[in-house]
Formats: sequence, C-alpha cells, structure tokens
Amino acid sequence: MSQSLVSMSYIAAAVLFILSLSGLSNQETARRGNYYGMAGMTIAILATVLSDSVTAYVTLIIALLIGGTIGVKAALKVEMTQMPELVAIMHSLVGLAAVLVGYANFIEEGTSLFGVEKTIHEIEIYVGVLIGAITFSGSVIAFGKLSGRIDGKPLILPARHWLNLSLLILAILFGKWFLAQAETGGGMLPLLLMTVIALAFGVHMVMAIGGADMPVVVSMLNSYSGWAAAATGFMLSNDLLIVTGALVGSSGAILSYIMCRAMNRHFLSVIAGGFGTGSSGAAAEIVGDVNPITPEETAQLLMSAGHIVIVPGYGMAVAQAQHTVFEITKLLRHKGKNVRFGIHPVAGRMPGHMNVLLAEAKVPYDIVFEMEEINEDFPHIDVTLVIGANDIVNPSALDDPNSPIAGMPVLEVWKGQTTIAMKRSMASGYAGVGNPLFVMENTRMLFGDANDTLQAVLKALSA
Amino acid sequence: MKIGIPKEVHEGEKRVATTPEAAEKIIKLGFSVAVESGAGLGADISDDAYRKVGVEIVDSPEKIWEDCDLVMKVRPPQKHPKLKKDEAELLKDGGHLISFIWPAQNEQLMQKLAAKNATVLAMDSIPRISRAQKMDALSSMANIAGYRAVIEAAQHFGRFFTGQITAAGKIPPAKVLVIGAGVAGLAAIGAAKSLGAIVRAFDTRPEVKEQIESMDAEFLMLDFEEEGSGTGGYAKTMSKEFIEAEMALFAQQAKDVDIIITTALIPGKPAPKLITKAMVESMKSGSIVVDLASEQGGNCELTQKDKVVVEHNVTIIGYSNLPSRLANQSSQLYSTNLRHLLTDLCPEKNGQLNIDMEDEAIRGATVIKEGKITWPPPPPTLSVVPKTTDDTKVPAVIEKPSGLPIPQPVKQLLPLILGGLALFSVGSVAPESFMSHFTVFVLACFIGYQVIWNVSPSLHTPLMSVTNAISGIIVIGALIQVSAPGFLMTLLAGLAVLVASINIVGGFVVTRRMLEMFRK
Repeated sequence: MSQSLVSMSYIAAAVLFILSLSGLSNQETARRGNYYGMAGMTIAILATVLSDSVTAYVTLIIALLIGGTIGVKAALKVEMTQMPELVAIMHSLVGLAAVLVGYANFIEEGTSLFGVEKTIHEIEIYVGVLIGAITFSGSVIAFGKLSGRIDGKPLILPARHWLNLSLLILAILFGKWFLAQAETGGGMLPLLLMTVIALAFGVHMVMAIGGADMPVVVSMLNSYSGWAAAATGFMLSNDLLIVTGALVGSSGAILSYIMCRAMNRHFLSVIAGGFGTGSSGAAAEIVGDVNPITPEETAQLLMSAGHIVIVPGYGMAVAQAQHTVFEITKLLRHKGKNVRFGIHPVAGRMPGHMNVLLAEAKVPYDIVFEMEEINEDFPHIDVTLVIGANDIVNPSALDDPNSPIAGMPVLEVWKGQTTIAMKRSMASGYAGVGNPLFVMENTRMLFGDANDTLQAVLKALSA
Repeated sequence: MKIGIPKEVHEGEKRVATTPEAAEKIIKLGFSVAVESGAGLGADISDDAYRKVGVEIVDSPEKIWEDCDLVMKVRPPQKHPKLKKDEAELLKDGGHLISFIWPAQNEQLMQKLAAKNATVLAMDSIPRISRAQKMDALSSMANIAGYRAVIEAAQHFGRFFTGQITAAGKIPPAKVLVIGAGVAGLAAIGAAKSLGAIVRAFDTRPEVKEQIESMDAEFLMLDFEEEGSGTGGYAKTMSKEFIEAEMALFAQQAKDVDIIITTALIPGKPAPKLITKAMVESMKSGSIVVDLASEQGGNCELTQKDKVVVEHNVTIIGYSNLPSRLANQSSQLYSTNLRHLLTDLCPEKNGQLNIDMEDEAIRGATVIKEGKITWPPPPPTLSVVPKTTDDTKVPAVIEKPSGLPIPQPVKQLLPLILGGLALFSVGSVAPESFMSHFTVFVLACFIGYQVIWNVSPSLHTPLMSVTNAISGIIVIGALIQVSAPGFLMTLLAGLAVLVASINIVGGFVVTRRMLEMFRK
C-alpha cells in the first residue's frame, strides 16, 4: 500500500474517532459511536500493517492475537462494579506502551535527522517516555487503590510538595544530560534514570490522593494516556497518533475539570493531594441522635409515598445492590409511584460510575437524573432513599464554611419530607467528614449491608 | 426495677400508659413490668396480650402502687374512686412516677407528691427541643386530637366534606376553618383536607404559613404587622389592636365556613376567647364548632367542657378527651413516648433509672426529685448550638485579594496573551516539520474540547473506556517499529503491540457491553 493511501486511511480513521466521541453525546447514538471507533481502529491498524514499512507479520500477528484475546477475556469477565479498576489498569497499559515505543524509538534512532530537528526529536522521545511512565505507575497505583489492594487513605509524606518539585527538577536536569549525551549517540543512562524518577513521581502523586478524589484521578490518568499517545505521535511524526492522542487528552482533561467542579475543588489541590488538610477552623461537630428504622418500616414509608428519589453512592456498588434496587423500583413504579434516581457527578469512583451500574440492572435511563435536574424537586419528594452515599448528600457542604467539603454542590435530600439513609455503620464518608444529615429529624437510618437490607425491604414490599 | 401500670381512674379515660409492644421493649431495658388487670381494655388490649410478652398481671390496684418502684400513668394522680384514697398517697415512699402532671395547675398534687419523697417526671414538661421530640407526648396527643376533632365534626355535620357533582345534583365541598396551626391544628388540616374539604387556617405566628401551605390549606393573612411567636415554638398573647383585627377576620369567616376547629392555646394562661356568641349566631344553620381548648376554658364563648351543645343551630363540641376517644392509637403513641424517655433514663439497659439532671430533656421533665420540687426548670436553650468560629479565622477562608491591580479586560486576555507568546517562542525555534505536526495537535485539542463538552454525564464511563480503547492507537507506532532490525527493537515493539492491543480490544468490547445495557 502506498504512503498516500496509508495517509488517506489515517485521515479516515481520525474522522471516525471524532465521530465516535461525538456519538457518545447521548444514549441513542452512543452505540453507533462505539462502532465508529472500532471501524477507525481497524482501518488504522490494517493500513499500517499493509504499508510498505511493516514486514514482521509473524511477531505482529502473534502479539495482536495474544493481546486481543486477553482484552476480550478481561472485558467480558469484568463486573460492572469493577469498571473503575479496569479503566485504571487499561490506562497503565497505554502508559507502558508509550514507554516501550519510546525506548524502541530511541534505540532505532535513525540518522536522518540533524541539528534542531534531531534535538526536538530527542525531546519528543524524552517527554513521551516521561508521560508514559507517569501514566503507567500512576494508573497501577490507582488500580490498587480502587480494587482495595492499597489503602484508599491519602499517603501524606512530609514536605511532599518539595519532593514533587525536586523530582521535576531532577527530570529536567536529566533531560539536559540526556540531550548532551544523545549528541554523541549515548544517553541510555539518563533516560533510564528519568524513567525511574517518572515512575516514582506517578506512584507518589496518586498515593497522596484520597479515595473520594478517585473520579478526578481516573479521568486525569485518562487524559495522561492521551498525551502519552500524542507525544509518541510527535516522536514518530505520525499525525494520526497526534490527533487521537490530543482527542483523548482533552477528553480526559475536560472530565477531570467536570469532576473537580462537581466537588468544588481546584484541580491543582486535588493533584497536590491530601484531602481536607488545608481547611482553616474546626468543622462544626455533629450533635444529635440518629433515628434507626427497620426494613419493614422502610417498606411502609415507601408504600405511603408518592414521589420517591433514590440516591445511590459507592455503597451500592460495594454491596452489588443495583439489581435489588431495580426490583424495588419496578415494584414501586408498578404501584404507580413516581420513582426517580438522582446521581451526583462524583458518586462512585469514576465519572458516570452509578449510571453504568444502574444500566447494568436495566434501570431505564429516562428515570435517572443528574444532580442539577433533580435538586430543585426535593421539597416535593416524599421519601428519599440514600444508598451508601455520604459526602454527596452532606448538608454541611452548603452551610458550614469550615467543612472540608464546603462549597461542593450536593444533592439536597434533606429538603424532602423523609430521608432514609442506608449505611453499614455510623462511620464518616471517604472524605472523613461527619454528616449532619444522619441526625436530622426527618432522617431515618437503615443500618446494614445495602444489598441485604434492600432484599429485606423488597420482601416487605412484596408481602 | 419494677414498673407498674395501673388502670386509669379518670372518668371516661380509656388510654393505658403502656401497650404490649412497648412493654416488650421496656423489659429488654432490664425492667420488669406489672399491669393492673383490665388496664388496657379501654384501648382494646386484653390482659392476655400483656401476658404474652412477659408482663405480670396484677388484680388489685393497691398492689401495683405498693410493689412497684416506678408507676407510669397517663392522667395526673387523682382520687381513686374504689379505694377512696388519692393515688398520690398510694405511691410508695421514695417511689417514682411518670405521667402528665401539669405542675402549674396542680400545686396541691405537687406538694402531696413531694411529701412522699417521690421523684416525678411530667410528660407535659418535656422541653420542646428536637432531641426530645421522640418523647414529646403533648405533640403526639395533639396530633390525635386534631385528627379526632375532624372526625367528631364529621359525625355531627349533615353533609359531605368533599364536593361532588352527581346525577342527583351538585354537592358543594365543606369549608373548614382551623384556628391555631400547632401540631393539633396541622393534624386537623390534614384530616379535613383528605376528606375533601376546603381548608383555611389562621395562626398568629407568621412562620407557620409555610407549614399550612405545605398541607395544601389556605393561610388567612392578617393585614397587620406583629410577630406572634413566643419561646419554645408556642404562641404569645397579642396586642389589643391585633386581636381586634383578628376578631374581625373570624367574624367574616364565621359567616362563610361550615366547620370551625379552634386549637388556640397560650401556655400557662386560659385559652383566648376567639369565637364570640355573635359569631356563632352568624354561622349557617347546621355548622359545627370543635373547641380543642375546652380544657383551658375554650376558644368559643359557648363551649361547655366535655359536652356537645347545640346553640342557634350550631353544634359546639367541647370534648377535652379527644385522644382518649382514639384510645388504642393514643396508647400506642403515648407508650412509645414513655419508652423513649425510659431508654434515655436507663442508658445502660440495666433496669435502673439514672436521672441525669445535666440532660436537658430529663431535667425539663423532672418536676420533683427525691421530694424536692425542681419545677420550673431553667429556660431551654437551643438543642444544637452552632459552634461559632473565631472571627480572626474567618478571613482565612475568604479569597485573598490579588496583589497587583490588573484591570479586568487585561485579566481576561492574559491567558490568551501568554498562550500566544508561548506559541511564538516555539515557532521561532522549531523547524517546519514540527510545526505542521503541532498545527494538527492544537486543532485536534480544540476538536476534542468541542466534542467532549456535549457528552452526557451518564455516559462518562463509556466515554472513558472508548477513549481508552482509542488511545491504544499507540499500537501503530509499535507496529511500524516491530519490523525494524534488531532483536531488542522487535522485543520492545512486540511487547508494546501486545499491551496496546489488550487496550484496544478490551476497551471497545467493554464499552459495547456497557452501552448494550443502557436502555429506555
């Protein structure tokens, strides 16, 4: 296949990728969007494989087959509740690939480039490997945290900002060293050292970020994996890689921004890590008694209500309660109740996490509402069922300026008539913040594993 | 500790202080419970029901009073008709009593109980703080009274409450006026509303307007500026001018409405006379007045306590025992209030009373402690005092004003100028080949920016997995390199192909799986 044809195919692939992303703007076109993406990828790979420069078909086909099989198996096996972990580990793969390609490119190092072009090419390799390595180690740590293999609490090292800064300066110094060495054909050592530093930086960065900020981290790593691809594109002078990397990079960046805005946090303060340490003044203590309730009483409350809102949180994901939730929803809707779902943008551990879980349980998406859509309706809601959520329904975010989550928009469930909050215990949320909602007069606490208690509620409802 | 529940001796009182459900839970607190035989009959609770949960049934009232360390009742102690002795005297020396007491009105009773070295908790003196709501028997009884008032009115009212258009003609809906929107008033509004009546309500406290409107009733506004809220959520006495304006409103309403339910009370004072004889006369024939304040003298001039009278063709209902007329329900609520109080009194669940005078709710309820009268309690404070932070700390939260006075337009343009400068400096050194790639890069970023903002938040997870799959495009770089000579190259590039293809295939497949699940 001629070079022009390959370029033409790349343009087609780039267009298909853009169509793919724009297809995701709503549910009706989302599936088509995914197929566009697949088509684009197939065209790109076929064009590359058929181009004149590729000859090692055996290695290539074996690698593609093994990789593809692993990918299909993982994708078919994964539970919807484990989506954040899967996405995180996939990011790490992109980072790893970027590092590998960078090294391969460095070893290949054609002699066709001279002067400034050669320097720029070396900078591209250096930056590509740097971003790739950060993405790789950061994603591995994020995966560990999300899957519970690593403690979710932020690890705050003393003088961590200085540590980050010195790592950055070191990376720049090694970069200079690398460029000087590369002039004479060497430079492997500084590149390796920098890779180690970048890996350490990625680990440290994600370790310092608390569990509640995970949606930001996941989308940020998504963005990094895009930039890593774009950097590789520069390295290889491949426009398709640049375009795709830039698309993915800006997509992740916007997602991170949306997540940060949803938590009213500054992007830099999330990245700098250490949730809640910077607040001044003590947050008001939570005083009052909780009103416990039994599943049977919950069922009675639900039966006597007309308008019901269900607010799911990470607890629903942990307890895998989404199917039971939908059974209850079906039953209540069958009895003519207006049941809706209210989703906070950062509920769960990944952007859109709750939507995916509800979709898995076959909850129709037209009764699932975003926070802004449903917040003003709460005064007319009879019963709000909060399932394993805490910080996203915390009134102190609005009325206590000293709360660590002050200013974060929350679902104003307490404005409804009755709120039933389901929790495993009275422990505070991931942000480590007490929640006055739980001691409010119109709040009833339903303790226990979300799935078990919901099963009991379902039983009482259908009895 | 043994708790005794005697049968109520007040005439017509059907309530009982403890139901079997509550007794069961009280026994779990470590107490033993004895109930006088037949105590629950008025509330349709048999002795057997008590026996089933492990309550001892005692035949004679004396035994209850003699044997039990704590006696729980509904009504304040009074002369026992059979024993010809005051119940206060039956209480054993140093014993405990929990019931309604009304210490302000019953000074003699208080003296008698104090003389017995008793410890007395008055259910009517539980402070109105949010934490104590679960034991607020006044509210739970008022709720029942409000409901029952509507039912009594319906009993005597000759028409439907709800309006109907039938083949036999049009039926206008009943119009109900509720005066005083406390717990009883709101309960009455709710009951009347659910029977289909048009409900109007009046209260001197403007803050209840919202509550009234939330019950779907009409709040009658008085064109007059005066704040009617006293302490503790109760009403206070209003000025003369206000009362005149109020009376004019009632006079005008009396001609229009079919049913008036009055619930106006001012703590420690006789009930205000709101419905005059003239107003009753002006009411339509067959109208009803239900006076919930009859115990305190009545809101209507013609009310006779505990009686139903018909004056000028208007039925005036003055029952003071409305909760007792719904004995089972009110016994349930009252015994739950008592049980909550006991739970607070016995935090260790060991069956011993711990009267903690530091606890605001218990302090308020305790009117006599070991023979010493401790009523009235110090005025209640707010239940949750918002912790005030040091004023000096507050500015730390406020954003610091920026040091340099940069004019607004410059501020907005600053990122653009900086970005332009950065591009310029790159452009000045970079070779042409780099610039063409850079152009592609910047334009792609913009496309990404435009496209991603349109993505529905519910699709953020599929978006991430798709972008994930797409970023596997890095495989192309590896594909080109895999054919380059050299084992190390092939190995590195081959590994990269493998890793990236996991990503591509996995990402697309999992996205497809997710999107298949989204359905209407």
